[in-house]
Amino acid sequence: MKVKINVNQQIKVFECEAGDFLLETLRENNYLSVRRGCDTTSCGVCTVLLDGKPVPSCSLLTVKADGHEITTVEGIQAEAEKLGKHFGDEGADQCGYCNPSLALTVYAMKSELVNPTIDDIKEYLVGNLCRCTGYIAQERAILSYLGDKS
Amino acid sequence: MVASEYLRPKDFEEAYNLMIESKKNYLVAGGAWLKLSVKSAEKLISLDGLDLDKIQVNTDYIEIGSMVTLRTVEINNDIKNLYGGILSNAIHKIMGINIRNLATLGGSVMGKFAFSDIFPALLVLNTKLVFYKQGEICLEDFLANPKMAKDILTKIIIKKEPGEGFFKKVAITPLDFSVLNIAVSKNKEGFKISVGSTPYIAKLATNAMSYINNLSKITETEILKCSEMVVEELKFSKNNRGSKEYRVEIAKVYVKRGLKKVIANES
Repeated sequence: MKVKINVNQQIKVFECEAGDFLLETLRENNYLSVRRGCDTTSCGVCTVLLDGKPVPSCSLLTVKADGHEITTVEGIQAEAEKLGKHFGDEGADQCGYCNPSLALTVYAMKSELVNPTIDDIKEYLVGNLCRCTGYIAQERAILSYLGDKS
Repeated sequence: MVASEYLRPKDFEEAYNLMIESKKNYLVAGGAWLKLSVKSAEKLISLDGLDLDKIQVNTDYIEIGSMVTLRTVEINNDIKNLYGGILSNAIHKIMGINIRNLATLGGSVMGKFAFSDIFPALLVLNTKLVFYKQGEICLEDFLANPKMAKDILTKIIIKKEPGEGFFKKVAITPLDFSVLNIAVSKNKEGFKISVGSTPYIAKLATNAMSYINNLSKITETEILKCSEMVVEELKFSKNNRGSKEYRVEIAKVYVKRGLKKVIANES
C-alpha cells in the first residue's frame, strides 16, 4: 500500500505493508538518522516527531502516519547543530548513536514547555534512555542550549 | 509485524463487524503494545476515523474519547484540576513522553494490565466506560469480569465533582513498571482506596472504605486500622519486581500517607 507523509516539509510517497512500523519505512527510504535501539518501545532511540510531538517510530504503524508530518533530525538541522555545540562544550558527546533522538526530544520540549525547571527537563527526557556520556553533562548542555538566544 | 490489511472503517458498525469476523483481526489503538503483543494479524482495524480523539467537558462529566493519547489526558486542565490532579499524576509517571504521545487511554484500559498506573486512579474517581454494543459499564465491573464479549470502547467518562486525591507509584527507576501503585480519594460521600500491581490488577478496598466511611472521628489509630484492613482484604503476592512482604508493608505506609494527605488538603 502507499502512504503520503510530509517528512521534513517534503511530501513523500512510500510503499509499505499494513504491518510495517515507521522506523523500518524511514530507514528503507534512507532516513538513516532514525536509529533502531531496543525495538520494543522502551529506549527512545528511534524517536521522531509526529506533528511536532516525540513518538517512538519503532511502534508507530507507518499507515498511521499517512497524511501527517514527520520530523527527523535532518528537519531541524540548524537547531541540532546549535544543541550539538553545547553538547561538545560540556563534553557530553560520545558515539552519537542516540543524539538524533535526544535532539528531537529537546527540540520538542523547547517548543512545549515554558521556562522548565531541571526536574521538568529530566521528566521530559526520561523516555530517552540511551545517553552514553551520562546524564549530568547532558543536563548542563541542555540548560545552556535552552538559555542560548543566538 | 505481519498483517494482510489495514482498514479504515467509517462507522462503528463496520469496525465492530470487522473485529468479530476473525480472531486474527485487531483494533489498533495507539500501538504502544502492538509490536509486543501481536506477531501476525489478518486485518488491522483503524479507529482513527471515528472521532474518538477528543476530550469533552461539561458541567458534571469529563468525557475522554478512547483514542485520546495519555499525554493529552495528562495535560488537560480540567483533568489536572480533578481530585488534586490524581489522574494526571498517575499518567505523568508512565514511561517517557514519547510513549505517552503514542499510547491511548482506551488502549491502556482495554489492555487490562495488572501493573497499570491508570486503574487505581480511575477506580477512586467516579469512572464509567462506554462501549459501542454494551453501553455503559462501571470500571469496577469491567475489571472484575474476565470474559466480557468483544466490543469497542468509545469513551471513558469521569464524574466532575469536588474532591481530593493522592496517587503514589512505587518503582525503582522512572521507566520501571510499578512495584505497587496506590490511590486514595475523598469527596463529600467519603473515601475511596485502591491498590494495584499487587501484582494483581487494581481493586478497591471496599471493607476498609466502609470502615473509614462510617467513623465519626478519624485519628491516627483509625488510619492505622484502615491501612491494615486494606492489606487484609486485597490479595498480595511476589513477582520479579517485589516480594509479597515488601508490597504489604509499603501498601500500609502509602495508604496511611494517602489518607492523611486527602484529609489535610480538604480541611
